[in-house]
Amino acid sequence: MKLLRLKPGHGEIVLAEGDVEIREQEEELIRAFRRELDAGMWAAVPTETRGGRREAELVRSFAEVPRDAERVIFFPRAAGGDHRAAR
Amino acid sequence: MALALPTGALVLLALLWELARPRLRATLAARKVRSADRERSTELGYDRGRELRAEQRARALLASCIDDEDWAMYRDLGFLRVWGSARHATDGPAAGAPYAYLIYPHRPIVAYLPQTGALLNEYCVAFPDLSKPYGSARLPDSDDVLAKWMALTADERRLISDANMHLPGRQIDPDTVRRDLLRLARWERERLAHGADSVRAA
Repeated sequence: MKLLRLKPGHGEIVLAEGDVEIREQEEELIRAFRRELDAGMWAAVPTETRGGRREAELVRSFAEVPRDAERVIFFPRAAGGDHRAAR
Repeated sequence: MALALPTGALVLLALLWELARPRLRATLAARKVRSADRERSTELGYDRGRELRAEQRARALLASCIDDEDWAMYRDLGFLRVWGSARHATDGPAAGAPYAYLIYPHRPIVAYLPQTGALLNEYCVAFPDLSKPYGSARLPDSDDVLAKWMALTADERRLISDANMHLPGRQIDPDTVRRDLLRLARWERERLAHGADSVRAA
């Protein structure tokens, strides 16, 4: 499993990578997961529906991440904004 | 006569000045903005090459997360359509989505009715990274689209409630959106025709 984070000026970076079936690696993944959530990030897991349609699932804890997920993507939480002001 | 000619010239000059002044003022203002942007970019260490590489990475990640057809839509048209998930209580499971969204990079999400093309709302939402790596809180374009897509497909209601809702036309010209909807319809027709041709050829 890979934990990725979307980053301005860079694109995604790999925060942690490991096998959830190996205890030490899973603990490292959990630590990295918590760090990102504490930093205010949202976490999403890209998934596929039974019909084969791709979508995402927001997760709030590592326990919610499907064991077979390949990637968890962290990104800054949504905020209402005015794109004209942001430019 | 000797007095009339210089006076006429003066009046003509004054008129020309009045006509040219707004354009001149706009040009100067635009130059000032460009200059300020350049200075700010230099201060923040803006690097065009780095931003392009970031965008390339973001595009690859987006392509790996969304459906092939959605990726083709974004690649060809520059926006993504996501079907709305809320249905009326009276609708059966077979009922099509009554509304959809257009996701643009770093612009509001636009809700519309696919049956009529009527625009419903603009949802202004951003994903600012307050740690500002490289001096900017702004994700690459395709990462912004991916963030919107993930949030919308995962928890539409939450994203919409976090967004600032406005009537259509506040930030995106409705004519542009209508044109994009026409482009989307044409694009889908062409893909359908191309698919039918491929099947016949096989």
